[in-house]
Amino acid sequence: MTFKYNNVYINNTETIAGKKEKEGPLGKIFDKTKQDYYFGEKTWEQAEIKLISENIKELLKKADLTIKDIDLLISGDLLNQIAASNYAASKVDLPFLGIYNACASSVEGLIIASNMIEANQANNVIVEVSSHNNTAEKQFRYPVEYGGPKPKTMTFTATGSAGALLSKNKKGIKVESATIGRVKDSYIKEVFYMGAVMAIAAAETIKEHLEETNRTIDYYDLVLTGDLGKYGKDILKDYLSIEYKIKPNNLDDSACMIYDINNQGVYSGASGPVCLPLVTYSYIFNKMFKGEYKKVLIVATGALMNTTTVNQQMTIPSIAHAISLEVID
Amino acid sequence: MNKEKYIALTDKHKPKENTLKNAIIAFLAGGFMGTLGQLLIDVYTYFFDVPKTMASTFMIITLIFLGCLFTCLGFFDSLVHKLKCGLIIPITGFAHAMMSAALEYRKEGLVTGIGANMFKLAGSVIVFGVVSAYTFGLIRFIIYGG
Repeated sequence: MTFKYNNVYINNTETIAGKKEKEGPLGKIFDKTKQDYYFGEKTWEQAEIKLISENIKELLKKADLTIKDIDLLISGDLLNQIAASNYAASKVDLPFLGIYNACASSVEGLIIASNMIEANQANNVIVEVSSHNNTAEKQFRYPVEYGGPKPKTMTFTATGSAGALLSKNKKGIKVESATIGRVKDSYIKEVFYMGAVMAIAAAETIKEHLEETNRTIDYYDLVLTGDLGKYGKDILKDYLSIEYKIKPNNLDDSACMIYDINNQGVYSGASGPVCLPLVTYSYIFNKMFKGEYKKVLIVATGALMNTTTVNQQMTIPSIAHAISLEVID
Repeated sequence: MNKEKYIALTDKHKPKENTLKNAIIAFLAGGFMGTLGQLLIDVYTYFFDVPKTMASTFMIITLIFLGCLFTCLGFFDSLVHKLKCGLIIPITGFAHAMMSAALEYRKEGLVTGIGANMFKLAGSVIVFGVVSAYTFGLIRFIIYGG
């Protein structure tokens, strides 16, 4: 399902990244970075709550607005019951929508916000996402200090939060159109091969977006997928060319951009809901403001993994949402 | 794309793990751990006059202690990651699994956190260790009569 927007803009963005992300190739262009995994809090979970709270504050400061100017907060993360978002929302006096599409939450949030703004239901909407390496590892994988061998296909959950302020004011980056993806069965049961789980959803959403907007993939200067990792990216490229004869020369994956994959010990790349917006709101937006990219398709991919059903030998479903961003003329 | 085709595509891009290299590393590291254990037994019997059977117990306690300590100090996980099964199969791996789980849940209370989660990784080792000891003990009893 694809929508077109006439009057929705991402006015401001804010990125806060963790220590390892700071040491990566994009480290210098994030708005704020952290020195450790606690940020002065007692637990990692509280640290993740702080990531979102701080992001909202910094975003408002940047946009020169107060909390009273905001109509709605949309936020998502990886914790059970999206705990980090819920607690962060309890600290601000705002109507709140909590969302979960795993690592596709960022674009899910942007689509909901854009639709509400286009329909005049809200003026200023903040969309937040966060992930924290240690809270995610603890919940989905092994204890953080456990060093058992992991396969090369694994990804490393990025730490950070990314927020965007959307409104009708013609400032920043234009949200041109968006496609809501369908949940796909990936046929994969391996929890350490998320790239393979999500590539199929990414391919189907890209194809649906191109079909419904009547465009070819070359229409975009860049198609940026979420957190497939280097092996997932290759699967997606092959899938698109074998199945739909789409030659994706302008395709890249944000998981391969945050870290120095060969030297930072992150296996096949980054992951987590914050991975894609961290790259988009900093690196990609900078390039768009400089004029290097004019039209960019952002495809957030999420592995809808549940630790119980995976242990019950069920395959992992996945989803991808796409949003088309343009430089304002 | 149907199921078989997609799985074949994902398998094609899956990197191969270097099993031979991993096995050699684990063999050497495991051998080193064995030598270290023997050295500890010798030290305990030679310098502290401990009987040999007791010295083995002391050696195990020492290795468990070191595994736990290094896990808490935060560098044992990268060591395990590099040396793989050379450190996981010996008693150090068991200590590491218990300790890392205990560390992870320490903020969630003594009973609901540490107590309930400490055996998360190591619990199945104990369960199947006991089950197999019982099974093989029974087989031995039936065949040899004790």
